[in-house]
Amino acid sequence: MNGDHSPAHGPRRAVAEVAGQPPGDVASYYGRPVLKTPVWEWKVAAYLFTGGLAAGTAVIAAGADLTGAARLRRACWLGSLGALLASLVLLVADLGRPERFHHMLRVAKPTSPMSVGTWILSAFGPGVGAAAIWEMVPVRWRSSWPARLLRAVSRGLGLASAATAPGVATYTAALLSHTAVPGWQEVRAELPFVFAGSAAASGGGFGMLAAPVLEAAPARRFAALGATGELVASRLMEQRMGLIREVYHQGAAGRRRRGAELLTLAGLAGTVLVAGRSRAGAAASGLALLGGSALQRFGVFEAGVASTKDPRYTVVPQRERLDAAARDRSAVTG
Amino acid sequence: MTERNLLFGPEDDVSRDSGYDEHPPRVGFFTDTSVCIGCKACEVACKEWNHVPEDGLDLLGMSMDNTGMLGANSWRHVAFVEQRRPAGQEGGWSLPDEMTAQVEPRLRAAPRGGSELGTTPLPSPGSGAVQDLGMPTFSRPGDGTGAEARTDFRWLMESDVCKHCTHAGCLDVCPTGALFRTEFGTVVVQQDICNGCGYCVSGCPYGVIDRRPGDGRANKCTLCYDRLHDGLEPACAKACPTQSIQFGELDELRERADRRLAELHGQGVAEAELYGRDPDDGVGGHGALFLLLDKPEVYGLPPDPVVPTRFAPEIWRRVGTAAAAFAVAGIGAFVSAAFGNRR
Repeated sequence: MNGDHSPAHGPRRAVAEVAGQPPGDVASYYGRPVLKTPVWEWKVAAYLFTGGLAAGTAVIAAGADLTGAARLRRACWLGSLGALLASLVLLVADLGRPERFHHMLRVAKPTSPMSVGTWILSAFGPGVGAAAIWEMVPVRWRSSWPARLLRAVSRGLGLASAATAPGVATYTAALLSHTAVPGWQEVRAELPFVFAGSAAASGGGFGMLAAPVLEAAPARRFAALGATGELVASRLMEQRMGLIREVYHQGAAGRRRRGAELLTLAGLAGTVLVAGRSRAGAAASGLALLGGSALQRFGVFEAGVASTKDPRYTVVPQRERLDAAARDRSAVTG
Repeated sequence: MTERNLLFGPEDDVSRDSGYDEHPPRVGFFTDTSVCIGCKACEVACKEWNHVPEDGLDLLGMSMDNTGMLGANSWRHVAFVEQRRPAGQEGGWSLPDEMTAQVEPRLRAAPRGGSELGTTPLPSPGSGAVQDLGMPTFSRPGDGTGAEARTDFRWLMESDVCKHCTHAGCLDVCPTGALFRTEFGTVVVQQDICNGCGYCVSGCPYGVIDRRPGDGRANKCTLCYDRLHDGLEPACAKACPTQSIQFGELDELRERADRRLAELHGQGVAEAELYGRDPDDGVGGHGALFLLLDKPEVYGLPPDPVVPTRFAPEIWRRVGTAAAAFAVAGIGAFVSAAFGNRR
């Protein structure tokens, strides 16, 4: 991809032309898009966020369990279950035939990131549910033998869930990149890191918001690592973009991405500077990180959608590839 | 998987690689646009045979094309490319800019950027607005503007259809198994399985398959799977009065396409090219080949489409690295906090 392609033309300009006219004007069929715009709605973008949040909080909950931070553990298992349930509702609601959601479980298909994700979520979900259910057992019942049995089982299941959480946090990048959508396909190298960082930042942010400062030190560190990773990966992604940089900069997607960067930066600063001292500062930083993560997901989602609405983003890179191949061939034969 | 080119690249026996040990030869279409007369009999025959619902009647302003594009309710789509060039010039055909200027803003204003063409009408300009339909006048062409402004004119017509790719993006990403490879090497949606997840819509590099509004399931050309079972040719090919749409065994169609291309080149039609003929292209070649008289993008086709699955190994490597980084960050957060000053 070369990055300096026809910045003079706005996103609307895809006027037809034929060979011999200046590059930049792209032949099209009355300006009609080549690709179908995704049928996915805001629910899928929201799921990108809630899925990442469920994964991030599960990791903190499992760590808190192992290190004996009870309040952080409780808050994060409950948060993880809430985010997971929201994810399932969003995913099923976005189907054209929601009552057939279980058809996803008919097959396991490695070529379909959605199928891979279905099975990752299936492995992730039950343990989160079990761990969160134990957290909801009233304290006065916890010494009874059924509760002790539940604790033993749910603890193991919860830790196993946390082991699949990295898959939950990152597979959604494959889900988007494994499409013909230029705005998602062309960022395939960096998007997994953006989403992993975003998930860690949101999970850590939730821990800071919901647990006392004294217990939340690991959440702060996880959030700081995630936010830093997200900011760096996002900047890198933008630097390497070709023509599709336009859709990441313009319109709603551009606004959301700028908002995501600001909120994540503010959240990161707050996490490092004040979240270890003040509960209010920790909560504000956590909220900023959660907001930044959500805006990042919506920004990436909408940039991809926008990239399908203009034939240039499909045609220009492909035409450049063909022309380059033709030049190579003529260089060999000539 | 990569040795047998299951993800991308040429694949000699696509049905065997999908699990059919005994199977009929791979079939497809050869659509020769040089003899298409734009009658749309293919569109009508397809709708009638396959019970594809009516999808809105609208004048789209795209020459004689009021179907717009392939979609859930348009499994054949006849494109009409109106082109002109200064009179007497060689080459240099282009769409009239003013026509695109009329159409493009309406496409962009539509919620799905024009993807709804073929399923619903586009938003119309406000009622009462007078539209110039370009009706004939009594003055001779060029009278008002001088002889040098006169133009030659041509119409390119092309009946578009699902490409039934060797490596089908829609099929690869389908998470339910609703999309499958038939014994004929074609790609079909099982309507009783599809749950309308919409992944195929974004997996197709040609923008062919779409979800049917009100129904929620994905729909596209089946290459008349039912008719193939009875030894009949697909409805569109049967109805085509000029044999622009030819049905047959793919190997034979490829030879036929090569012969036709050579014939046209011999007659001086240098711009004729085959589309989807090359098994080394980004989708491993089409099951439905085309002979075009201009660049693919002029017809609204992608010039060098690549099946997304081609990037799968690279994507999963990156996802794996990112997942590992996520896990290390999680472990590192707790370990460092335990040894640190609990800040």
